[in-house]
Amino acid sequence: MFMVKYILRNAFRHKLRALLTITGVAIAILAFGLLRTLVGLWYLGVESSSSTRLVARNAISLVFSLPISYKERIRQIPGVTKVGAMNWFGGIYISEKNFFPNFAIEPQAFLDLYPEFLLSPEEQKGFLHDRQGAVVGRKLAAKQGWKLGDRVILKGTIFPGQWEFVIRGIYRGAQRSTDETQFFFNWDYLNETLRRTIARRADQAGIYIIGVSNPEKAAEVAVAIDTSFKNSLAETMTETEKAFQLSFVTMTEAIMIAIKIVSYVVIVIIMVVAANTMAMTARERISEYATLKTLGFQWYHIASAVFGESLFIATLGGIAGIMGTFPAAGVIEQELSQFFPSFQVTTTTILLQLSAAVLVGATASIFPTWRAATIRIADGLRRIG
Amino acid sequence: MTAHSDIVTIRNVTKSYRRGNQPVPVLEDISFAIQSGEFLALMGPSGSGKSTLLNLIAGIDKVDSGSITIGDCEITTLSETELARWRAVNVGFVFQFYNLIPVLTAYENVELPLLLTRLSRRERREHVETALEIVRLADRMDHRPSQLSGGQQQRVAIARAIVTDPAILVADEPTGDLDRVSAGEILSLMDHLVLDFHKTIIMVTHDPRAAEKAHVIRHLEKGLLTDG
Ligand SMILES: Nc1ncnc2c1ncn2[C@@H]1O[C@H](COP(=O)(O)OP(=O)(O)O)[C@@H](O)[C@H]1O
Ligand SMILES: [Mg+2]
Repeated sequence: MFMVKYILRNAFRHKLRALLTITGVAIAILAFGLLRTLVGLWYLGVESSSSTRLVARNAISLVFSLPISYKERIRQIPGVTKVGAMNWFGGIYISEKNFFPNFAIEPQAFLDLYPEFLLSPEEQKGFLHDRQGAVVGRKLAAKQGWKLGDRVILKGTIFPGQWEFVIRGIYRGAQRSTDETQFFFNWDYLNETLRRTIARRADQAGIYIIGVSNPEKAAEVAVAIDTSFKNSLAETMTETEKAFQLSFVTMTEAIMIAIKIVSYVVIVIIMVVAANTMAMTARERISEYATLKTLGFQWYHIASAVFGESLFIATLGGIAGIMGTFPAAGVIEQELSQFFPSFQVTTTTILLQLSAAVLVGATASIFPTWRAATIRIADGLRRIG
Repeated sequence: MTAHSDIVTIRNVTKSYRRGNQPVPVLEDISFAIQSGEFLALMGPSGSGKSTLLNLIAGIDKVDSGSITIGDCEITTLSETELARWRAVNVGFVFQFYNLIPVLTAYENVELPLLLTRLSRRERREHVETALEIVRLADRMDHRPSQLSGGQQQRVAIARAIVTDPAILVADEPTGDLDRVSAGEILSLMDHLVLDFHKTIIMVTHDPRAAEKAHVIRHLEKGLLTDG
């Protein structure tokens, strides 16, 4: 296997150049992998939101709420199994930089409608029976150092005041993609406090979370709900949780597309850089390739030497980049857990990275391979003579 | 004259290069023959077309018109691919700057032409060792070119040229880059190859001492043979 030996030795002929090229490819592939993971997670988040849950909100805007009396009326609509009031609370824990999503939700509805949040029976009971009870995601608890029974105070923003909670449950996600950074507390605690303090804001649900018996009928049920509140004081707008999530993220989708494009741009840039390096390398070796041709080696021998070297270097860089992706993703998951509930690199991403590296190697060598294969011997030899 | 027959026949060969749109004639109507076992020196001023002529005879460049026959093969009719195969078997090359592959050891450099044959690894080893013994470098076969002197590198190149046992060796200023002592060694080695191995050698040279070793000297001037 002369060609393999020749390719390997050629690859490391200029150690520094080889190292820099490999590093460049590795960094590009690493960046590509992280960006792809980010994009993938975003779509996963949208995908994983339930389509068996409906969300009803005020048709005018999310800023307006719905009367609590709607709860019973919704429950009576055929196809509806469970209804629960929920409010975005927007509380701050000590300081703004500790941001995590926090909601008031009716405990029974929470336990029934969110099977993806796993709690022990004791924790479930604790949450149901404590007015000030709160359930938090495992990652959030770990980050803030909360344990069961701890008292936690959130400063209200939408609902003024200092709100004190007792951690009654720490949930695990049923899937790796389940968000473990959220904070849920008893809706009754919010509502009763409001009755005493700002009565006009009491007995209002920000949204209703609605369970349906048959997901395939979800759309019909949504229409039925909205129809029944037509021409009432607060008309509803009901959609699947997925559609509801998407309405928040239409702008983020544009950002995701931009990130996707950037991830390709990164690859194109390293392709150009690698192509330049390979062209330089092949140019330096023209007389050597001409010598091999003189000895009787055919154009395809020379072509495979140039192509193989480029592919080898790029693949090496690609593997280094992929190996770097895991620790990098780990750091992101650790440090930015409030933004990325889970930052897991998928097999698809790894395969994409590897293909990108191979593509870089192949593309970078097209021109030098062609040059080396087609150089006329007499011209090639004159380069040194 | 003994039973020597012509091994190279050159008939009415012309060759020109293009510079921009202007054809620059390099060789004009060259005809001559080289006998088997001859040690020929091609001399002439720089730019007179010596290397070009040598390349044509060795089958690494194409004539514009005329024909070159080597043995019983008219190489001017061969395609690029056929020529490459023909060269591998029939011609050994020695260059002014040795043209060894820097990442390969002396052994591996000499083995190169054999990789294109059907020889087994063991047979290749025997051939390479024999060739290296002829140039008296068997003890340096694991050295890289950069670890050898110029004279030693040229001897490795000669071993590479003879390892397939071709009838013809072409050498383009083989002593041009060497000191007197090394040059002398290379020349006696070539002498040895002609006398004892019956090779035909065609050598381009500037060096009168090199030409002295040759049996026949031909002069080229502005693309024309000035003798014979
Ligand atoms: N590949 C080429 N392209 C253009 N011109 C060439 C090429 N090879 C040789 N020449 C020209 O042909 C002439 C003869 O060159 P060459 O055979 O190398 O001369 P010599 O070996 O006698 O010094 C020179 O003028 C040289 O510039
Ligand atoms: Mg010359």
